[in-house]
Amino acid sequence: MTRNRNTRIAAVVVFLAIVFVVVPAAISSSGRFDLYYTLTSVALLSIASAGVWLTFYIGRINIGQGAYALTGGYVSAILVMNHGWSFWLTLPVAGLFCAAASVLIGLPILRLRGVYFAMVTLVLTEVARLLALALPITNGAKGIVSIPLPGALSIFGLTIIPDFATLQNSRLAFYLLAVTLMVVCFAVMYRLVNSRIGKLCQSLQQNEELASSIGVNIAYLRVIAYAVSSFFGGVSGAIFAAISQSIYPSSFTVTDSVNFMLNCFLGGLGYVFGPMLGTLVLYFGWDLLFQTGQFQLLIYSGLMIVLMLVLPNGLLSLAETTRKKG
Amino acid sequence: MEQVIANGLYLGAQYALIALGLTLIFALMNVLNFAHGQMYVLGGFITYTVYGQLGLPFVVALLASGVTLAVIGALMEKFLFRTVIRRSHREESTMLLAAATAFFFDAVILLLFGEKQRGVPKIVKGVFNDAGIIMPYDRIVVGALAIVFIAAFVLYMQYSRVGRAMRALAQDRVAAQLMGVRVDRYSMIGFAMGAMLAGVVGGLLVTITGVNSGIGGPISIKAFLMVMIGGAGVVGGAIAGGFILGMMESVGLTVLREYGDVTYLVIFAALMVFLSVRPNGLMGKPWG
Repeated sequence: MTRNRNTRIAAVVVFLAIVFVVVPAAISSSGRFDLYYTLTSVALLSIASAGVWLTFYIGRINIGQGAYALTGGYVSAILVMNHGWSFWLTLPVAGLFCAAASVLIGLPILRLRGVYFAMVTLVLTEVARLLALALPITNGAKGIVSIPLPGALSIFGLTIIPDFATLQNSRLAFYLLAVTLMVVCFAVMYRLVNSRIGKLCQSLQQNEELASSIGVNIAYLRVIAYAVSSFFGGVSGAIFAAISQSIYPSSFTVTDSVNFMLNCFLGGLGYVFGPMLGTLVLYFGWDLLFQTGQFQLLIYSGLMIVLMLVLPNGLLSLAETTRKKG
Repeated sequence: MEQVIANGLYLGAQYALIALGLTLIFALMNVLNFAHGQMYVLGGFITYTVYGQLGLPFVVALLASGVTLAVIGALMEKFLFRTVIRRSHREESTMLLAAATAFFFDAVILLLFGEKQRGVPKIVKGVFNDAGIIMPYDRIVVGALAIVFIAAFVLYMQYSRVGRAMRALAQDRVAAQLMGVRVDRYSMIGFAMGAMLAGVVGGLLVTITGVNSGIGGPISIKAFLMVMIGGAGVVGGAIAGGFILGMMESVGLTVLREYGDVTYLVIFAALMVFLSVRPNGLMGKPWG
């Protein structure tokens, strides 16, 4: 048991070292600074995917994360542009706004199950896009552009985070920001899943009626899980808007929502860190296949089908089978 | 007003036919076929090639669309979905497979047929203009054909041996198996029929709206909407959902015209309210 614990701590330390030290060092020595952007995207997308994973954990197929990412991006962009807020303040506000919205939306739709929930959330992504097109505040199809980079953040005169615009390498800053948030997000997820609430959520996944009859407050739990999920979506959308300094109704579409779901599937639905791995593999796989030109989508989807046939329970299930054998 | 209703009926007939294929696959296998829209597009392109390019009769083209898609559907069921359903811990995993096949079809269609909008010569010329209704004859023919296909499908499901087996399968897979229904075989036939319906509608509609490689996804979403309105996995529900969506679209485009492009926003919002009151659609069975 203690050995198990030690290896786990060691794994976390190694992971943190790789993410915060090895990767930046490797990138600066190789000069491939464009990789920062790729890795930042992976980190942010994996945060949103983690949210989707959490809804999977309560037994719901969520194809609506794009809606919350879009909402989060717009909330942050509008607050920064129209009201002059600091980006750092809009980040939690965007998340909380999405969480609040998801409670309102979730209360009725979380009663749905299976494909019904999946399809309603899919429609939700379309609703968000159409709303962004129709509402006056979102500036329609033109979107919101030239959003300033995040400013300095200081508490009691002490500068914690410098102004991104003054930095020589804002890519590195964004990378560190995204990765830090990703680490926090997955730490929260891990804690949540291994807590009492996590066990209760698992009971929802297996049998809601039974859980309810034992006295689990299922309506409350699933709204909470959905709100946390949407919070993650909103935060990652807000940072995306800040990185690209723009947000359009087409920034997050049905394809993105589906991709968030695929990340979870690919990594493995039974593993907390599945979404992270899935996002990394899918995003990098897509990038690597760029050289194949017009066959990119064909090879990518073909590989995905093959992966699904060989490992239908996700990439991380590979570790499990080898452990069983060995 | 008559015009709006006529448009709604015409739209509804084709929508219902799209939704039927999706709901059939769902009822038999619990698979939400994300690739349905792409199958529709493929059917459209096959008809475009056979009728528009090769100049063969339209009926032959329609048959080619249907048969090709049926074969593709059968192969997909046999080699992809059946395997994944058997190996996976959670049946939602088929959604990844379905989404992946949707991407795959998108890629194949793009490579084979390019990204251009394609149309074919009209099958019937002229416009019907009487009693306040203006409608081109080819639309009437396509609408009527769609209704004929729907009727044929319903009758086939109701009275044929295969149809009975599939209905038994949809009701209770295990019980059907115990009664001697060859589950694997009828799943395959069902999947093939669902795909065939998508291909046939694609072939029918290429004569009116044309086809391009990008419309697969939106068509899938519309099909999901119809299935949700009527209730997933129910034949009657899919037909009702198709006609309701067609009517709403037709009425919405007329009534909401001055507010800009908000018809679908209103439809989506109405749908979410409706589903929170009736989670299983009009006649869907509760999801267990």
